[in-house]
Amino acid sequence: MLRLEPRPQASKAMVYLSPLLALLLTLVSGFLIFMLLGVNAGEALYAFFIQPVSDSYGVSELLVKAVPLVLIGVGLAVGFRANVWNIGAEGQLAMGAVFAGGLAIWVPTDSGGWVLPLMMVLGVLGGMFWAAIPALLRTRYNANEILTSLMLSYVALLFLSYLVHGPWRDPDGFNFPESKLFDDFATLPLLLEGTRLHLGLLLTLVIVAGVWVMLARTLVGFQVRVVGASPRAAQFAGFRERALVWFALLLSGALAGLAGMIEVSGPIGQLVPQVSPGYGFTAIIVAFVGRLHPLGVTIAGVLLALSYLGGENLQIVMGLPQAVTGVFQGMLLFYLLACDVLIQYRVRVGRPRVAGGEL
Amino acid sequence: MSESVLMLQAVALTIIGAATPLLFAALGEMVTERSGVLNLGLEGMMLIGAVAAFAATVVSGNPYLGVLAGAAAGALVALLHGLLVLSLLANQVATGLAMTLFGVGLSALLGAGFVGTTITPLPTLAIPLLADVPLLGSLLFDHNALVYLSLLLVVGLSLFIYHTRAGLILRAVGESPSSAHALGYPVIRIRYLALIFGGAMAGVGGAYLSLVSTPMWSENMTAGRGWVALALVVFASWKPGRVLAGAYMFGGVTILQLHGQGMGVSIPSQFLSMLPYLATVVVLVLISRDSVKLRENRPASLGRVFRPSA
Repeated sequence: MLRLEPRPQASKAMVYLSPLLALLLTLVSGFLIFMLLGVNAGEALYAFFIQPVSDSYGVSELLVKAVPLVLIGVGLAVGFRANVWNIGAEGQLAMGAVFAGGLAIWVPTDSGGWVLPLMMVLGVLGGMFWAAIPALLRTRYNANEILTSLMLSYVALLFLSYLVHGPWRDPDGFNFPESKLFDDFATLPLLLEGTRLHLGLLLTLVIVAGVWVMLARTLVGFQVRVVGASPRAAQFAGFRERALVWFALLLSGALAGLAGMIEVSGPIGQLVPQVSPGYGFTAIIVAFVGRLHPLGVTIAGVLLALSYLGGENLQIVMGLPQAVTGVFQGMLLFYLLACDVLIQYRVRVGRPRVAGGEL
Repeated sequence: MSESVLMLQAVALTIIGAATPLLFAALGEMVTERSGVLNLGLEGMMLIGAVAAFAATVVSGNPYLGVLAGAAAGALVALLHGLLVLSLLANQVATGLAMTLFGVGLSALLGAGFVGTTITPLPTLAIPLLADVPLLGSLLFDHNALVYLSLLLVVGLSLFIYHTRAGLILRAVGESPSSAHALGYPVIRIRYLALIFGGAMAGVGGAYLSLVSTPMWSENMTAGRGWVALALVVFASWKPGRVLAGAYMFGGVTILQLHGQGMGVSIPSQFLSMLPYLATVVVLVLISRDSVKLRENRPASLGRVFRPSA
């Protein structure tokens, strides 16, 4: 009989081994799923994990997709540490895109270099605004932020859909639900010619480093860590829970909003009904796989970005539905949570010893 | 039949059609939460239920088998959820999110081959005699089997929770698992059962969407109904009768959405579609404002990991 026995101390090694173990289990399960789907499993795994990044253009695409995932993931990670569950990042991203995209559409075509920085500010404000609603409802009315932030996501996506179907639709766009293409001054500069890799990558790296410093070196970072480790201790220490809820939601909202701005002014270049293929939700997985740590989130963001590229490639090469991406993402988080049990517990075979055992 | 009667009938059908899937999912979740387990994977379980029900109906040609398949699929996902949160003691919030993300992906993969396929939807069953009563008869007694079942479930669960020994044990497990454990009740097994029941009901709710409401399969067709059901349970203070009232209230909101434009309201459809989500937020705020009362009603151990000590 297998049973779990608490470890005297949480295992540091398992904290880092667990994601690797989960990845391994995901690969094995993926192999089995591909066999069930009746395709050559080895070939499919190759097409999913290796082929998309086997040339430099593929690597650049990987980074393009990792940017929003890391940005959002690092914000969510701070919140999750403080037990603030913002799962509405997808909507905050959309609002950031709306705020920033609105400016890009509205300014005259002979505007200058001031537009792009202002779009960034607006993107951040849009995401913050949308995250401020669940923060207000949680701190003032005690409403669960998981449900409110998610409900507001649907509202934000519908609002974006209204805008591009209605008032912001490109008059010369053959009735497609899209805004006009952004002018050059409203588009993120490219880092490498011939790729879609844009300035957002550098911005993301700077922000990740900033959040890392914030968590490790500042008072608010300390409070976040203490609340995560022991909510009771935080209470005794007199940390104001409300202030932390606001901080966590505004930070994650701001970063999701910035990700939205980056998507519309970078790879997409206009407002469309769907500015993100679910980055806001996938970033939840990124945060957990990255162990809620900025460095880990960066690595996990690249890994999860690969799952998008892999899904797309699988569709092209083997004609499999793109939903494979979602299955791999879900499985990864599932296995991760299962493996995480080994951080606090170890597996023992046989019956518990009675002598010396707790009662 | 006069036009106003037809209109009334259309309205009633819309309310019932929107309320029934929510009712199943929320009733199931209510039982799960009464045992102290929070199942945030409801959305994923509804989706898996919807696709399983649709696939089984396409293959067998029998929508009733479809409903069973939906329930079984939802229960299976719930079992997986239980493995994580009950046996492996994982965080219930994170695991629930994982189940939802997994359910979205898996249902899309399984359903990819069924997009565009049509089925014979669940037939309506007129109750003899009663259905022939003028006006009310066709409004109340001419629906599909799941509508009747959902209403019976409300009555059955009210009796179960408040008037049976098993219901008392369920509540004890949710209020104080350590006391229940000390009294010799198998806390973990009871929580598994409650969770699996919740998953099965979410599956049936999903089945209603793909077999009755649309009837077809499309990716992500639940559109957040699992989350609305979760909010409904809070709104209902974990009481079956109030779950019923809440679900039908949401059905009422949907009318504005579906018939708003028909009634000459010139608001863009996207704003009408926002209504159920906004209503959920408003309702959640109203019910959560009184934190003392909320705490009184909520099962005391909800969302907490329990590990039997011996």
